[in-house]
Amino acid sequence: MIPRFAASLTVLALALFASWAQAEPIFVWHAYRGDEKRALDEVLARFARERGIPVEALQVPHDAYASKLTAAAPRGHGPHVFIDSHERLGDLAQRGVVAPLDPGPRAAEFPVRALQALTAGDQLLGLPLSLKCLALYVNVELAPEPPSRWEDYAALRRRLPSNVYPLAYEAQNFYFHAALLHATGGRQLSREGKLGFTGPEAVRSIELVRTAVAERWIPEEASGALVSELFRAGRAATVVSGPWFASDLGASVRFRVTRLPSVGGEAMRPYLTVEAAALTPRGRDSKSARELLAYLAGAESAEIRARVGRQVVARSSLPPSAEADPFLSAFAAQAVDAEVMPSSPLMRSTWEPAERALKKALGGSVSPDAALAEATRRFDDVVRPAPPRASPTPALLLLGALCLLGAFSLFRRRDELVPALRGSLPAYRWVAHAVLAVGVLVILPIVVGAGASLFAGRFGEMHYVGFANFWAILTARGGPLLTSGSFYLVLLVTLLWTVANVALHVGIGLGLGLLLSRPKLRLKPLYRVLLIVPWAVPSYVTALAWRGMFSRQFGAVSALLEALGVEPFSWWARFSTAFTANLATNVWLGFPFMMVVTLGALTAVPREVLEAAEVDGATRWQRLWRVTLPMVLPAMLPAVLLGAIWTFNMFNVVFLVSGGEPDGTTDILVSEAYRWAFTRQAQYGYAAAYSVLIFLLLALGSRLMARAATREAT
Amino acid sequence: MTRRGRPSDTLEAVLVHACIILAVCFSLYPVLWVLSTAFSAGTAPERSILPLPSTPTTAHLVEVVGAPSFWRQALNSVSVALATALVGIAIALPTAYALSRFSFVGRQAGVRVLLATQMFPMVASAVPLYIVLETLNLLDTRTGLVVCYATTSVPFAIFQLRGAFDTIPKDLEEAAMVDGATRLQAFVRVVLPAARPAIAVTALFAFMSAYNEFILAATILGKEEALTLPVVLQRFVGEHDAAWGKFAAGSIVVSLPVMALFYVAQRHLVSGLTAGGVKG
Repeated sequence: MIPRFAASLTVLALALFASWAQAEPIFVWHAYRGDEKRALDEVLARFARERGIPVEALQVPHDAYASKLTAAAPRGHGPHVFIDSHERLGDLAQRGVVAPLDPGPRAAEFPVRALQALTAGDQLLGLPLSLKCLALYVNVELAPEPPSRWEDYAALRRRLPSNVYPLAYEAQNFYFHAALLHATGGRQLSREGKLGFTGPEAVRSIELVRTAVAERWIPEEASGALVSELFRAGRAATVVSGPWFASDLGASVRFRVTRLPSVGGEAMRPYLTVEAAALTPRGRDSKSARELLAYLAGAESAEIRARVGRQVVARSSLPPSAEADPFLSAFAAQAVDAEVMPSSPLMRSTWEPAERALKKALGGSVSPDAALAEATRRFDDVVRPAPPRASPTPALLLLGALCLLGAFSLFRRRDELVPALRGSLPAYRWVAHAVLAVGVLVILPIVVGAGASLFAGRFGEMHYVGFANFWAILTARGGPLLTSGSFYLVLLVTLLWTVANVALHVGIGLGLGLLLSRPKLRLKPLYRVLLIVPWAVPSYVTALAWRGMFSRQFGAVSALLEALGVEPFSWWARFSTAFTANLATNVWLGFPFMMVVTLGALTAVPREVLEAAEVDGATRWQRLWRVTLPMVLPAMLPAVLLGAIWTFNMFNVVFLVSGGEPDGTTDILVSEAYRWAFTRQAQYGYAAAYSVLIFLLLALGSRLMARAATREAT
Repeated sequence: MTRRGRPSDTLEAVLVHACIILAVCFSLYPVLWVLSTAFSAGTAPERSILPLPSTPTTAHLVEVVGAPSFWRQALNSVSVALATALVGIAIALPTAYALSRFSFVGRQAGVRVLLATQMFPMVASAVPLYIVLETLNLLDTRTGLVVCYATTSVPFAIFQLRGAFDTIPKDLEEAAMVDGATRLQAFVRVVLPAARPAIAVTALFAFMSAYNEFILAATILGKEEALTLPVVLQRFVGEHDAAWGKFAAGSIVVSLPVMALFYVAQRHLVSGLTAGGVKG
């Protein structure tokens, strides 16, 4: 293995060297997939061929796109040119990712609305590439005459067989709901910068969906995957979705695209997003990058993007081929009647409260009015002003005093310390490299990250606020201490989550480990491999499979329960069931680890000891309780302790399975920290304060656990 | 295998197998759904208990495996994970040994700090880590990724290995040193072989954590041919929709080397201690 590693290092070194030797290419980042990616690749290849400038494209996963850009671009790394939606560019510009442009005389080539969407203040942030919005997909066999009014779906319901939905869309997803909200006269973000999902318009939009679900016009709790399956299987006559939906359909169903229906005489207005190509500061300084940007947004590229990528290109005059294409012209027509998504940074803080309120109200557990009031409270809570600047002097003085005190106590103990250190020298030779590596790459980032908890504001403009973040968290930001989302309630959920998981992990893992270590067991290697399968398959896909299994309408768990005579229910509507679903997923993901730990620990039990015990007449139970477990458990203790710590901080299961539903009650501390860091106004300092509190709690907990373990041992 | 003519033994064997098979069903069932998604042209929206693909197809699999850089990226994943396991274990072994055998100033504190590193959520330390890597010129390289993964796997590896070393009697290496071996020789020739099962398990853990990691890899790596498979897979998930079939097919492919590795590694999971070692 070592020669192979050395070889791969050599290859790596050579590859790095080779990349130096060439002229630097223009780097382009994007998150396109499928046809759109093919089109972009073709455009870039043509540019490289015509201009003789090498171009290198990188497709970045959408989930990592923003964080990768904000990490790289402000420091002069990353791409010269990148592609993103207009509503994110404003935020990225504030973080130093975007270099503003001068459109010059070419402005006339683009629709005015698209350019406006890309303008922040008086700066143009990117050149428009394509327009994205929702429209109505129609199965031409099931609905030759699709309803042009929402109210007409009642008639379609009567005409269709009972297992076919007249309409399917992600009703719980606020991006989709916004189209209805606009039709009832509401807005997601009010003009005063408040949450707009409130008042009679919002209530009416919720009532529309509740009625539609109750009368079985639309499936409840539909995910994107389910909508697509229903449409492909001919079980949904119409679907609300965007241009991306078509690539999923293939030839499975005959469809056409048309305008969204009207509601009460008002048009349903979906959000319009303008995808644009933007320059980073690195790209601004490169003539070739500026040329590439112009080419990307130009006529030749637009023709390819429309033809190959099936994009509704953002050009004043569409390429002739796109004009003739019914699919593209239908989306272009809907785009005219669409609401440009606000690009204000406040918009980002509206999604979470609005969507939670929508889910809660649709679930029927609370009245729409109560859900909306809660949403407004949450929004105001998130956008509250940052704590005022504080003087760092007291903290620095305290730190200095502590350092002095430490130095003094070391100095007083010098007579015993110096010989002890000298005696430790041989041991230090064994640990020095680990201290260095862990110190630089693990501990240093943690210390810096913890330091950020004393600051507030956005990246790049953070100011020192002392312990204000901690104070805000510990006082639940002035709200009731045990309300949903408050630190203490989330802490209780986290503790319950950790204890339940660890108990089940250790119980199942230990049991299986003991069974599998029986000397005469047949098929042992096969069993072992099959039992680690949950650990081997990437958890982000299995967690989503679990979420699908808990679907009320089509999930396998619901099918199993139905076979046992239990009426299927919504797993995400109540805390107890949503928590159980998370727990089942995480137990499934985690027990193989404990099983392998047990198997490893069992190897420390010498067979001879067990045999000696057997000769001495010990029964099997006695051997297990008196010999095996006392030898195995101490060896497992570090793994159990670490397992508990990891479970405490296991956010992705919570994110992927329940997503915090219902109403954020299944969120644990670390997922709260993530939400503050990424979705709630990017309050990094606040998230860091959460992290420090998590750390302190875990440090305290593990001390108590270790103390209890030693007391047990003595 | 049970001895013939002992009905209670047979009954017990049946029970044991029944328990294990039940657990195997639990562990395989969700994965069978993933498999079914991977091999379906379109899943039927019916409530069903059996994970059978509707209109079976291998198109997703062929497309994922047939992507131009796929094998290159698979090699990246495996080599990064192997290098992580090697480097991580190499860093952890001597440290774990020192913690197990020597007493020195800062030993207690060191153990506590190691444990503490596992408690701090990544959310706050990710950006500083990026800056450290930038300073060390390790961005955009697989070496940088290996260095990150290896160091993050070190604390757990140290705990595991130290626990294993603690179970190995000191007399073994002391005997070797009486026979003229240095401390290092005794460590390499006596202690390491005895700790083989623990080393195998720890290496497997380091391999697994590196092999499935996605966020750090997506942030650090910047070239198509340098990407690891989890990043490639994650690209099947878009803002509004996801190519579930390909995502699932890719995940199945990704998990095969791990299962193969575990199948090979598990022969180390037998008692590593000899009778002589215990009786001293």
